[in-house]
Amino acid sequence: MLAQTIVAIILIVGGAFFLTVSSLGLLRLPDFYARTHAVGKSETLGAILTLSGLAVYNGWELSTFKILFILLFVLIANPTATHAISRAALRTGLQPWTRKKKPDSGASSPDK
Amino acid sequence: MSSFLLGITIFITLLTAASLYRVAVGKTIFDRIIAAGLVGTNGFILLTLIGFIFKRIDMFVDLAIAYALLNFVIVIVLGKYFDRKTESS
Repeated sequence: MLAQTIVAIILIVGGAFFLTVSSLGLLRLPDFYARTHAVGKSETLGAILTLSGLAVYNGWELSTFKILFILLFVLIANPTATHAISRAALRTGLQPWTRKKKPDSGASSPDK
Repeated sequence: MSSFLLGITIFITLLTAASLYRVAVGKTIFDRIIAAGLVGTNGFILLTLIGFIFKRIDMFVDLAIAYALLNFVIVIVLGKYFDRKTESS
């Protein structure tokens, strides 16, 4: 087996681990602001590791540079989108979860 | 290597299906929006993997670029929309 393939497998398995962490955090964490932590950081790192593993496996072609463009775009866009949503939630009046309060009892959530 | 990529694709598909729970029953609307963003991010990772499985990566990577750009625009626009709607009321 080529060394290129081994590096690609290691990177893709690492990316799948961080995507697992991200989905578990989205399902298990107590309120919205904690879930933005899972989506903003673990998802970005998982996407970057998986796409870089695929770029290493592909070799030097035009598609590799397109994959690297997606990688750089995710690196910039995913934390920006998460920050915009959490800023909108804070301006709307969603209260963060503390120890004394029940989870998801936000003050004026527009979903009700 | 092809069976390894197929296994990773099935695994990420199951993770995405589990994340759809938060889109369906999220307590606030912002939970639904960030869960939809996560499903979109997993979606273009899945598109790139499917391109490697079908050996048509030069076609599927363009679709993945389009999905990435649209996912970012959708999340930003939904954030602006729900922010302004609750601010005016």
